[in-house]
Amino acid sequence: MAILANRLTEEQYRENFSDIHPPFETMDAAAVEANRCLFCYDAPCMKSCPTSIDVPKFIKQISTQNIKGSAHTIFSSNIMGAGCSKVCPVEKLCEGACVYNLMDEDPIPIAKLQRYSTEMAMEKKWQLFKRKESTGKKVAIVGAGPAGLSCAHVLSREGIDVTIYEKEKLGGGLMTYGIAAYKVTPQFCKDEVDYILSIGGISIKYGQELGKDVTIESLQKDYDAVYLAIGVGLARQLEIPGENLHGVVDAISFIYDIRDNGFSKVPVGDKVAVIGMGMTAIDAATQAKRLGAKEVTMLYRRTQEEMPCTEVELDIAKLDGCNIIWLAAPKEVMGENGNVKALVAEKMKLGEPDASGRRSPVSTGEIFTLDVDMVIKAAGQTPFTQLVDAMSVKNKSGKIQVDGQSTNLKGVFAGGDCVNGGKEVVDAVQAGKDGAKAIINFLV
Amino acid sequence: MADISSNFLGIKSPNPFWLASAPPTDKKINVLRAFEAGWGGVVWKTLGSQVKNVSSRYSAVNYGGHKVMGFNNIELISDRPLHINLKEIEECIKLFPDRAMVVSLMADNNRNSWHELIKKVEDTGAHGFELNFGCPHGMTERGMGAAVGQDPEIAKMVVEWVMEKATIPVITKLTPNVHSVVPTGKAVVEAGTNGLSLINTIQSVTGVDLDTLVPNPYVAGKSVFGGYCGPAVKPIALKFLTTIAQDETTKKVPISGIGGVSTWKDAVEFMLLGASNVQVCTAAMKHGFRIVEDMAEGLSNWMDEKGYKTLNDFIGKSVNNIVHWEDLDINYHHIAKINQDKCIHCGLCYIACEDTSHQSINLAYGKPYNTYTVKEEECVGCNLCQLVCPVTDCITMEEHRVAPEYLNWIEFQKKGLPLNDH
Repeated sequence: MAILANRLTEEQYRENFSDIHPPFETMDAAAVEANRCLFCYDAPCMKSCPTSIDVPKFIKQISTQNIKGSAHTIFSSNIMGAGCSKVCPVEKLCEGACVYNLMDEDPIPIAKLQRYSTEMAMEKKWQLFKRKESTGKKVAIVGAGPAGLSCAHVLSREGIDVTIYEKEKLGGGLMTYGIAAYKVTPQFCKDEVDYILSIGGISIKYGQELGKDVTIESLQKDYDAVYLAIGVGLARQLEIPGENLHGVVDAISFIYDIRDNGFSKVPVGDKVAVIGMGMTAIDAATQAKRLGAKEVTMLYRRTQEEMPCTEVELDIAKLDGCNIIWLAAPKEVMGENGNVKALVAEKMKLGEPDASGRRSPVSTGEIFTLDVDMVIKAAGQTPFTQLVDAMSVKNKSGKIQVDGQSTNLKGVFAGGDCVNGGKEVVDAVQAGKDGAKAIINFLV
Repeated sequence: MADISSNFLGIKSPNPFWLASAPPTDKKINVLRAFEAGWGGVVWKTLGSQVKNVSSRYSAVNYGGHKVMGFNNIELISDRPLHINLKEIEECIKLFPDRAMVVSLMADNNRNSWHELIKKVEDTGAHGFELNFGCPHGMTERGMGAAVGQDPEIAKMVVEWVMEKATIPVITKLTPNVHSVVPTGKAVVEAGTNGLSLINTIQSVTGVDLDTLVPNPYVAGKSVFGGYCGPAVKPIALKFLTTIAQDETTKKVPISGIGGVSTWKDAVEFMLLGASNVQVCTAAMKHGFRIVEDMAEGLSNWMDEKGYKTLNDFIGKSVNNIVHWEDLDINYHHIAKINQDKCIHCGLCYIACEDTSHQSINLAYGKPYNTYTVKEEECVGCNLCQLVCPVTDCITMEEHRVAPEYLNWIEFQKKGLPLNDH
C-alpha cells in the first residue's frame, strides 16, 4: 500500500473528471424543458433560492429565445449564477420545490437551464450591466470568494470603486478551490471571475492576506468602508491520536491541490478513509476514487437520516463505488514508520436530539479497524478565530458577529461563511448583496 | 361494436374520415398509401385551370413548444397534367373500390369549361364532385376559388352550370373568408347542390422572419397571403358549421366538416354540430396517414361507451345546444372550487383571476407553497382559473343557481331586476 500520484493516464483523468452534469447541447433541447415550465406565480422555486432568482421569468425568456434577457434576469439576482448552476444542491433548493414534484413528475431542470443562459452570456461576453457614474467612494473587500465578488459587483454597479484583497492567487474562493473538479473546471472558475470583473471598477490585489500583508486599520483609513468576506478556512481537527501521521490530509487541502496542481500531481492512497458526510466529504471521496484510489470508505457518526449532504450527492459517491459506513466515529489513526497504516473506529448508536435537532451519536464501545493508507478529514471547517480576535472584531467562536451587516468596527461590514460558519455558495452570494446594500446605505 | 361506416349522399366509405382536397391527395402514390393506412375516402386535389406552383409553399405557427398549431399554404390547384390525374383516379378506384373517391373541381369561369371537366372526371368512375369555391390565394386573382364563394350570385350561377351536367353527387365547398357562410350556402343549395363542405382555408400571414423581415412563406424575398388551417382554425370552422347546420335552407343537405380536425374527438365534435363526415389535411401532413388508426378506434370506443350504434345516432345532436345569447339562463350560476389535495400550488389560477378577472381567489402565503382558496361570494363563475390550472379536475365549477327557475335576458329586463351584482 502506498500513497502515489500519477496513477492514471491523461485520458483516464479526463474521463474521470469530465462534467458530471452535461449542458444542453442545442437550443431545441433547452426549449423542450423550458416549455415544460408552468410559469408559476410567486413560484416555489424562486422562494427556495437564497438569492431569489426569478426562475419562471428566466425560463420563459429561454422559451422566447431571449437568452440575453434570461441571463440578465439570473445575474441581476446572482452574479455567480453560472457557477451556482453547477454547484448548487438544487435538489434541496429550487428543483426540490418545483411543483412538478407534487405531480410525481420530474422537476424542471432549473440548474441546467440556468447554465444554458449564463454560459452563453459568458461565452459571448455579453455586458449586461452598466456602471453608474463614479460616486468617488471607495470600498475595500477582503476575500474574492462568492460573498466578496457579489458585494463588489453590486457596489460597482452603483458607481463605487472597489478593491478586493485576496490571499490566494486566483479569485472565486471556495468555488475555485473547494469544489470537485468534475463540477466546475479551473478554467470555468477563472472565466467566471473575469466575467464578473468585466463590469469595471473592481480591482483585485492577489497574494494579500489580512493580518499579514494588509491590516484592518489601514483599510479603514484608506477606504470609505470595508467588507470582510474572508470565509472559513481551517479544517476541523478530529482530536484523535495519529492525526499528524503522513497520509492524514484535510479535505479542503486535498481538493485545493487537485484544483491547483492538476490531477496527476495529487497523491492518493490505495485505500482511503474519508471522515464526514457533508458536500466536501463527498467531493473528497469521489475525487480520491477518480484519482485512482482502489478503495474509498466514508465514515459518518450518524445515519443517512442526519447526513448533511443531499441524496443526489450520496448517490454520486455510491456510483463511484465508495463504501459507506454509517454510525462510525474515528478513534485513532495507526501508523508505521510515520505513515498511516490503519484507522480505528468505534461503532455508534443514536441518542437524544442535540441543539440542532439532530440525534447525537453515542458510543457503543464496539471497536473495529480499517486497513487504510490515507485518511481524509472532512468534518467541517472552523472560522479564522485568531485573525478576528486579533482585529478586535466581535465574534462568537470565531464567527463574526454582525448587527444587520455591520461589525462592531466603524465602517466595517462582514458577510458570508465568516459570519454564518459555512453555507452554500448561493448563500454567500446573497450575503454579498446584503452587505453591499448596507454599505451603500452607510455611504450615502 | 359500433358501426362507423359512412354514407354521404350515397357515397359509401368504411369510416367517416376523408382526406381533404390538398397536397396529400394530388397523386396516386399518396392516395394508395392513404387507403392502405385506412382512410375512408379522399377528395382528389382540385383539377381544372392550368397553373404553376412556386417554391416555397407552406408556413406554420408554433406555440409553446408545439409545432404546427396553425399551418398555411400558398399552393394553387393541381399543377399536374389533367390526363395523368384522370388516369390515376381511375386506377385508385379500381384498386380500392370500397373507398370514397370525390374529385375537387375548379374550372375556368364559363359554362363550357365546367361541362367538359365534369364529363372527363365522370368517365373515371369517381363517386362525387366537390366544387372548390374556397381557395383564398392565387386563383381568386383570376376570379376563381374564393372569388366565387364570396359572391352568392356567382356561386349560384356556377352551381347551376354544374347541376346541368353532373350525374353524380355534387358537394359545394364554402370559403370562410366572408362575414357569414350562410348567404352563399343558401344560394348554392337553391341552385341544387347535393351537399356542402366547410371550411376552406382562411387568408392569413403566419408570421414575419425577424432577420429577413419577409413574412412567411418566403418566395424570393416576398410572400403572399396564404390559406390558414390546422388545429388553430377548428373553433372558427365549428362556428361556421353550426350556422349552416342551423339555417332552415342549408340544413336540408348533408355537410362534410373541415377545419383543423386532428383527432377522433375533433371529428366527433364536428359531427355533433351537424357534419355527416369530416375531412382532414393538416394533421396528416404533420404526422402521416397513420393517424387514422386512432381516429377510427377512438370514435368506435366512444360510440360504444355512449351506446351509439351508427354515426346517424349522434350526428347533429349538439346543433340545438347553441342558442342566441338572450336565450341563456341568467339564473344559472357556478363557482370555482379548488381541490386542495390535488393543488400543486403553482398560483396560475390566482394570478389570472387577480390580474385579469374578478379578484376571487385568496392567497395564504407559505414557504415555499402558498395556499389558494376561492372567495365564493366574489366568483362570477367565468372558468378562467379552471382553464389555466395544469391539474385535471383540481378546479371544478360547482353549480349554485341564483334561483331555481329559468330566466332569460328579455324577462330579466321586464322584471326590472338589478343589473350588476359584482
